[in-house]
This record gives sequence, structure tokens and C-alpha cells, in this order.
Amino acid sequence: MALKQIRELRGRGVPVTGDDIDTDRIVPARYLKCVTFDGLGETLFYDERHGEDGTLKGHVLDDPRFAGASILISGSNFGCGSSREHAPQALVRAGFTAVVAESFGEIFFGNATTLGLACVSVSPDARRALTQAVRDDPQLEIVVDVAGGQVRAGALTLDASMPESAREALLAGYWDPLGELLEGVGEVREVAERLGHAVGSA
Amino acid sequence: MSEARSLYQKVWREHAVRTLRNGQTQLFIDTHLIHEVTSPQAFGMLRDRGLKVLMPERTIATVDHIVPTHTRVEPFEDPLADEMIRELRRNCTENGIRFFDLDSANQGIVHMVGPEQGITQPGTTIACGDSHTSTHGAFGAIAFGIGTSQVRDVLATQTMAMSELKVRRIEVTGRLRPGVYAKDVILHIIRTLGVKGGLGYAYEYGGEVFDRMNMEERMTVCNMSIEGGARCGYVNPDDTTFSYLEGRPFAPQGAAWDEAVSRWRALASDPDCRYDDVVTLRGEDIPPTVTWGINPGQAISIEQTVPTVEGAAEGEREAVAEALAHMKLTPGAPIQGTRIDVAFFGSCTNGRVSDFVEAARYLEGRRVHAGVKAIAVPGSQHVKAECERRGIDKVFKAAGFEWRDAGCSMCLAMNPDKLVGDQLCASTSNRNFKGRQGSPTGRTVLMSPVMVAAAAVTGEVTDAREVFGVTREAVA
Repeated sequence: MALKQIRELRGRGVPVTGDDIDTDRIVPARYLKCVTFDGLGETLFYDERHGEDGTLKGHVLDDPRFAGASILISGSNFGCGSSREHAPQALVRAGFTAVVAESFGEIFFGNATTLGLACVSVSPDARRALTQAVRDDPQLEIVVDVAGGQVRAGALTLDASMPESAREALLAGYWDPLGELLEGVGEVREVAERLGHAVGSA
Repeated sequence: MSEARSLYQKVWREHAVRTLRNGQTQLFIDTHLIHEVTSPQAFGMLRDRGLKVLMPERTIATVDHIVPTHTRVEPFEDPLADEMIRELRRNCTENGIRFFDLDSANQGIVHMVGPEQGITQPGTTIACGDSHTSTHGAFGAIAFGIGTSQVRDVLATQTMAMSELKVRRIEVTGRLRPGVYAKDVILHIIRTLGVKGGLGYAYEYGGEVFDRMNMEERMTVCNMSIEGGARCGYVNPDDTTFSYLEGRPFAPQGAAWDEAVSRWRALASDPDCRYDDVVTLRGEDIPPTVTWGINPGQAISIEQTVPTVEGAAEGEREAVAEALAHMKLTPGAPIQGTRIDVAFFGSCTNGRVSDFVEAARYLEGRRVHAGVKAIAVPGSQHVKAECERRGIDKVFKAAGFEWRDAGCSMCLAMNPDKLVGDQLCASTSNRNFKGRQGSPTGRTVLMSPVMVAAAAVTGEVTDAREVFGVTREAVA
């Protein structure tokens, strides 16, 4: 069951600066009390954006110049911490299609890829250049070229990478692995048989 | 003779079902643990696609994140929390999944329940929609925290798509000094290797310090592997592991036990296996360690001063400034003497019987400092019952701690236990992220259980060795 092939993403960017932005910051824990992921877009970076009385604090995501941005730019180890899929779900529901950062927390990266949210890594210099370019011109169109391994924006052409398995999954339209995993269920049963009884059935 | 391999490599090979189109491995998961927060959406996805749980006997559920710890009367005051527990009950009932519910003596934080029940076994693959699943690696299991779509994948296929990790051996030689605990070991490792140092790696912990640790101490270390960026962490199984597991409800019995032990022994990393990286640390060099910032790598010895922006490496200055601004600490000042408002004792990192027993040794006859709110939350109902059997609860209560029922509690504050405003909390938990303990401006200082006990009685971040008169010299 092939999904949409994700080869290239185009859109405007917004820089959320800093390293080690954890998933508690992306979606605070109190918003995990939900039995579906609907509506999570509203909770994105909630405590970074809102004061305790609910008023906006002037976060970059609420800056009208960056309204409608679909590519988030950040530092290293983006999405570290909790495994909550709510974090990439919130990004997708808020309209993001790609994250350009120096590196990613691994659970976040896997969760994001499964949703078709492209996470590409660039060097610190490239990240700084891209951040500056977007600040100078928030209307600048960014191209995240998954196929070509580049991020382009105006005069900038930056090398961008992602693990080959994720790249291949996005390009071929197999980023949600469930269909393919289901195809292997016959072999799964054989492995289960070989490994012996389930602990839970003791 | 076959090639020498690490435990990780052996377990990976045994559980690899096949290679997927993108080169990832379809990996068989022996045991799947679920809880109320990250599973309802997965069951919803299965329903939407008309799929069933493939091997329900391999999934075990409990409820932990949203559980109030001061009362268990239902319905919960928080209607959202109430909806989550009802949804989990429904999903378990409809799918024939074993569930340790609130009324079960076995309920607790999911990472406590697995080991206590003997569900967590060496050489197995374990997955759970919670990043601290790495805890189970203490038994020589390969245990991954996963997202909800992967919870769905495991429910539907008992497998998930993964890429094989590299393996870094972290060897801690010698002995720990008195007053230094497993929590200090992992905080020191993260401080040394960084919060992203483990990206791409499984951590294998070994060396004399780990050989000597009991299972609860090993769990504390493995638990925080993810805070160092490593997707999983493990200790090779040994006699300590086997004696912990023997006789537990889900452990093999009789002849099957002997067979299992010899199989588990053979799974340990071969002595001559190659690691992708090896790091060696000296146990004697590890001090009582506390965090000063907003990630677990921003940590210092209790004897050090809070960093300054100017003193930080150039690439770190922005992060140091942000952390200092949030923590409202004085740059360059000793961390000792920082006033605390709350002492939180619990979590999947340090909510086990030995944590309570060790702290109680020092709390006996002492009182929590005036104005400090101190709560003790056993990680599981078994921990609670055992502490009560041994009178540990009385020591905590006499000292002025509130003694609660089991749950995740103020580690992530999804239940009513939360910091208020910019309260500063001395915490035995695992994350000091901004807002982690329920108030966006709340502040967390991570430390060992005995250090939290010392902070509770003095009202400030302090060196437990001085407060409790512990010699600093290593015992020969």
C-alpha cells in the first residue's frame, strides 16, 4: 500500500532557535490527556507561546511575518526526551511538512517519519545561514529536496542529510510501515514459534 | 567458532523477521507494555483500519501517568484523565489484553511492573510507548521507547520497523565512594557524554561498578539512557539478574527456569566482541551530582558552582543563558544553599524499595524543613506495600512527607501533583525540562534519593554526606 511519495517540500520557514528542544516543550504533558490526536495543533509549543493567563508572549510562531510557515528550523537534538508522538502530530496538524535541524532525538525522528514529516539534518553553519536568511526575508521560499539531499533558499544551497532508510521510505511512499509489516505476518508467526512462548501467557 | 557478538547484536539477530524495502529490519517484539496515555490513539487507528491485535497475550497493560496519588476514588476529578482510564479498560477488554488496573495489587508505573512481575526477561525485545522503556535493559533485555504509531504497529503485527543501532560500551571501573549512588552514575555519564552523545547508539553498561550493583540500581541507570540520547541501554545478565527474577510470577519455573538461565547466560556479550565505541570512567571520580539547568546533561558536582555564560564554551553560551534564566540561579554561586520549595521522591527512575529504604536510614528522627512540601510516591503498589511492611512509610510520614499511592505523579505532572509558579523542586525523577513538573515556570533539580532527603530536611540543595555525616573516603 504505497502512500504519497515525498520527494520535495516547499514553503516558508520559521526559526525556533535553541538546541535540545524537548518534546515536553513541543507539547506540554497536560495536553497528552486526549484519546485522539485531533486538535493537537493548538497545543504546539503552548507554554513557550502563552503566559500563564493564556495571553500570547510574542513567540516567533505567533509573529505575523511567519504566519503560514510550513518548514521549522531549529538546532541540534530537536525532539529529544519523551516518546510522545503528540509532538510530531502537533507539528503536522499545525501545518508543518518538514523540520530542518542539526540533529534529532531518535524517537521523535522515527515518529515524525512515520507521519511523513520530513526531518533533515544540516550543519551548524548551514542552520545559522538558513535562520538568518529567513529572518531577513520571511517570505523566502525554502525547498527541502529530500531526493537531492539539499535545502535551497534564495542564494543558499545547503547539504542536507537523513538516514538512508528514512529517505528511501519518504521517496518511495513507504513512510508509514504498517502495510509492509502486515505483509510479513506469516514470517512473524514463524519467528514467534521459534522464540517460544509469550511471557504474558505464563 | 562463531563470530564474537554483543548481547545487543545477538538479540537483534534472533528477533529480525526480515528486511523491509527501505533497508530497515522488521523486528519481532516479545513483550509489549502499554499504558493509558500513548495507547488509545493506537487502538483507534486499528479500529479505523479494521485490524485486530495479532498476539494479545504478548501485550500487558497498566495505568500510571494520569493516576491521582492522593485518592483513587473514581470518577477522577479530571474528566480527561477519567476518560483515558476508561478507554484503556475498554481496549483491554475488547482485545483480551491482561490489565493491571487500579484495584490490582500489581498496578504501578509500567517500568516497575514489568520487572516486579518477572515479565522483563533477559534476551527479550520489549517495546512500550514511553521513552523510559530503556529501564528494562537492566535485565539484558533490548527495550525501546516508541511512539503511538509504533504501538499500533506492535499491536497489529507484534513487530516494528527499526534500524540496527551501534553499540557503545560504557565501563565504570573501581568502586563508588560512600554517598554516591546509581543516580549519580547516570547523571555523571550524561554530563560527560552529553544529552546527544548517545544518538545512534545502544549503551552497554559494564565494569566493576555495574557488576556490584543490585537490579534496582541497574534499572536507575538504564532508565535514563534516553536522557543521554541512547535509544536503549542494558547490562549483561548475571547471577544478580537471575536471583532477582527467580520465583517471580511470570518467570519460568522448574526445569524451564534452569533452561532459561543457561540460555540467558549465553546471551551476554562475548568477552572478545567488538564495540563501535568504548568509554571508560572511574567509579571513584563520580561525585554526588545535581542538575543546575533545563536538561539532564546540565549537571555539576554538588561541590561545584553554577556555570556562568562567559565561562561556557562558545557554542554553549546561548543554552547556558537560557537555562540560567529559567532556573533563576546566580551564575558562579555554589549550587549548595539553593532554596527548595518541594521535594519529590518517586518515579520510574528512583521509586523502588531500595530507594525508600536508603533514604529512610537518614530520614529517621529528622523533619522536613518548614515550608517544604515533600511527597513520597512509591513507583508501584508492590513497592508501597513492601515499604509499609517494613515500616518505611512511617519514617517518611514522621519526617513530614506525604505518603501516596503509586503512579508517575510529579515526574511529569499529568495527575494533580504539580509544581505551582516557579517553585523549585529537588526531585528523584529523570527530567528537568522547562515545565516538566506541571508549571511552565517550575524548576527542577535532579538528584539521588538520599540527596533529595537531605534537601527536604535542610530546605536547600545540599551535600547529603555532610548533612548525614557520611565519610567521603572509599571503604577498602
